[in-house]
Amino acid sequence: MKMLIVLAAVVAASPALAQQAGSGVAMPKGPAKPEPMSMQHMDMGDGSAQPTTTPDTATDPARAADAVWGADAMRASREELREGMGGQTLGKVMIDRLEYQAHDGRDGYAWEGQVWYGGDIDKLWIKSEGEGTFGGKAEQAEVQVLWSHAVGPWFDVQTGIRHDFVGPDRTHAVVGVQGLLPYEFEANAAIFLSDKGDLTARVEGDVDQRITQRLILQPRAELNLSAQDIRELGVGAGLDKAEIGLRLRYEFAREFAPYIGISHGWRGAESADYARARRDDVATTNFVVGLRAWF
Amino acid sequence: MRFDRRDVLGGMALAGSALAFPAWARGKDLNGNAVRAGFDQVSGTSIDLIVVRGQRTVQGRAGHAVAVNGSVPGPLVRLQEGTTARLNIRNTLDTETSIHWHGLLVPFQMDGVPGVSFPGIPAGGSFTATFPVRQSGTYWWHSHTGLQEQAGHYGPIVIDPAGADPVRADRDYVLLLSEFSPLSPHEIFEKLKKGEGYFNYQQTSWTDDYPLTSEQRRHWARMRMMATDILDVTGSTYTYLVNGHGPEEGMEFAFNPGERVRLRIINGSAMTFFNVRIPGLPMTVVSADGQNVRPIETDEFQIGVAETYDVVIEPGSADAYSIVAEAMDRSGMALATLASRRGARAPVPPLRDPPVLTMTDMGMGKMAMGKMATDGDTGMAKPNHDGTHHGATGHGAMDPGAMGHAAMGMSGGSDSAMDMGGMSMRDTSRLPDTVKVGPGIDMVSRHPIDRMGDPGLGLDHVDHRVLNYKQLAALEPNLDTRAPSRLMEIHLTGNMDRYMWSFDGTKFSAVSDVPIHFANDERVRVKLVNDTMMAHPIHLHGHFFELVNGADTDHQPRKHTVIVQPGGSAQFDLTANAYGDWAFHCHLLYHMHAGMFQIVSVAAPRNAV
Repeated sequence: MKMLIVLAAVVAASPALAQQAGSGVAMPKGPAKPEPMSMQHMDMGDGSAQPTTTPDTATDPARAADAVWGADAMRASREELREGMGGQTLGKVMIDRLEYQAHDGRDGYAWEGQVWYGGDIDKLWIKSEGEGTFGGKAEQAEVQVLWSHAVGPWFDVQTGIRHDFVGPDRTHAVVGVQGLLPYEFEANAAIFLSDKGDLTARVEGDVDQRITQRLILQPRAELNLSAQDIRELGVGAGLDKAEIGLRLRYEFAREFAPYIGISHGWRGAESADYARARRDDVATTNFVVGLRAWF
Repeated sequence: MRFDRRDVLGGMALAGSALAFPAWARGKDLNGNAVRAGFDQVSGTSIDLIVVRGQRTVQGRAGHAVAVNGSVPGPLVRLQEGTTARLNIRNTLDTETSIHWHGLLVPFQMDGVPGVSFPGIPAGGSFTATFPVRQSGTYWWHSHTGLQEQAGHYGPIVIDPAGADPVRADRDYVLLLSEFSPLSPHEIFEKLKKGEGYFNYQQTSWTDDYPLTSEQRRHWARMRMMATDILDVTGSTYTYLVNGHGPEEGMEFAFNPGERVRLRIINGSAMTFFNVRIPGLPMTVVSADGQNVRPIETDEFQIGVAETYDVVIEPGSADAYSIVAEAMDRSGMALATLASRRGARAPVPPLRDPPVLTMTDMGMGKMAMGKMATDGDTGMAKPNHDGTHHGATGHGAMDPGAMGHAAMGMSGGSDSAMDMGGMSMRDTSRLPDTVKVGPGIDMVSRHPIDRMGDPGLGLDHVDHRVLNYKQLAALEPNLDTRAPSRLMEIHLTGNMDRYMWSFDGTKFSAVSDVPIHFANDERVRVKLVNDTMMAHPIHLHGHFFELVNGADTDHQPRKHTVIVQPGGSAQFDLTANAYGDWAFHCHLLYHMHAGMFQIVSVAAPRNAV
């Protein structure tokens, strides 16, 4: 059968046959005949003309194919087309930092990641971060579940809740912004109102500095702020914690980039007092090894 | 004579194999079969096209393919003007498919766009497209379903004229440019959506060689834009193909010295603009988008996605000539050889340095240029808008090799052009009411100058002739020379970071029931304003429009696809005389997929209602 098709195609390639088949078909060639038409007030010469409104104010949806194939037959393909031309829903899992932290005393670990799912404008956005020391219990572990809504070319407003899984049980309402600042700074700022009425905030920023196409240096800074003393958590009013870091990653693939780096964290005045009372460090320097990955 | 040409066309480089029975026709399982590179020819009163899934390997890299008749590209569909085409499409896939006849004037219900012209061809189903062949020239066909086109579902169309062909040639070849990636098209799209600049390994860095001052670099960073955003998908994943063959696979076109050779060059790629040249051999462009143009000799041209150019060359005494199709971002090239004997090879020029975007590409128009002229205190910044040979214009003040494009656009100096008056790159008050402002727009062209005379990104300072749209003039006069009765302005909008693309700030998914309406036989001038830093090849189905390029109205070149240069504008005149609904979209596959698509609805003739 397939052979026959080919045979037919080869035979039919002869021009004589093709000509024969075409005889009797006469179709208009090219556009319609010229017809003088009164010019409206337009200046076509330099492109400075303002667009005029459509004389024909038709607003119907495009349904010409319904008359040929039937409205029922067209419906599904029309919906597929709509989805296929900008209506997609996608998801991304991003591990920003998954790292081993070497420092004085017992070494520790930290993670920060996010998952989003949705369209261009609205997404479900889940974030998690935490840290701890090996052999001890986690010092921080939180998950945020947010609705992320694009409000401009570079920024999303994110609202939702955060739950802390370490220490005294706390749930917070979250309002934040995440996006790209001028000079390509990735920024993330959020305000948290806990179910105990405590108001805190966090501001994070980082920027990628390409040394080569795959070797990337990333300075990063984070500030944790509090509107009040939270004795239970050892958080003092004002600046609670600050951290700066410098991480050097190599992108074997865009999705897979191990890194090494250094970070330094310290506590603000009030929080430092709490820390000293607990015999915790007031400032820590970490040498870190970790992985940045996404899919 | 005609028969000879036919023979040559069909034979391609793989000479004899085209007439032998291909593997897929020898009773082998269509599924899981290896897909061949290169294509056969199908013609006659009834043509069969079978859509199959398969595996293909290009230069040692394997990937999934959606192939027609077992090859990528699929078969050359050879038609005859004045006949009726009958194309029987059988879909053996487990998913829907379609075939759009790109550039052909067909009744709308035969145009092959699921959801617009017909319901699509279901898995396991068939469809017969029948239409009168009303034109001649070089065209192509491709799937309009999902992202199948990228996977190999495309092929050439050549239509022989009913009368004498004004182009005389001893040999006649199809040269179809495309790309191969081992990634599935959906993976490519997801990576574009998730990781900005995912495929770009030519970004600015601490160690690059770009002729940008540190101040210029800071300005680009401040704008949150990349000066190196030339193509979204690059040679980091693509192997560029001529007729399905990678550059190391030795694609050859035979010639005898002294012969006239016609090359029908089709850009059947999904995402790549190519710079086409044949070192040592001038090319005479005789046709654009299948429509004959007054012959114009050039040394290089940039071909946008979905465009076609026919050129005639007369190879001299050399053994071989390299046909080089360099990706616009210079991240790779497609390559073929004109060979006077089997295996003959000519030197292959290395890839040139990647270009960087300029002030003009940001929509700063000539103002930026004016600024430049004062900075440079010479005429060096004179833009090549007249598109003439550029060798003579005075860019001697700068080192042409190192500076080139970049320096022209963005001067250094303490008050760099980009800083002028703290101008916003996104002044949305400049947009007409028809444009919806939102997250999908990251830039507004401040001075979207007409860039019809632009040779294309990276080609305005080469030391030879480069084609531009202003040099094109229709060979046969246009039939409709009425002055347009209205001007319609459509903005091309996008957000590089979110990978959103749209017309007038609205993705198709948001306006699928609000098409662009034209009265029947209405004559409209359409102005496309590019508010992005990428070049977009805009394609209208079912019509030829005439580029407003300075040519006399009756000789404005007819095209089905027009490149709108970054930050600039382009205009065409359209006689909306084809009743029905027609797709209108950016032919960069992933831009279309992201939403840069609309339906043009042409009303029925009055007497027909």
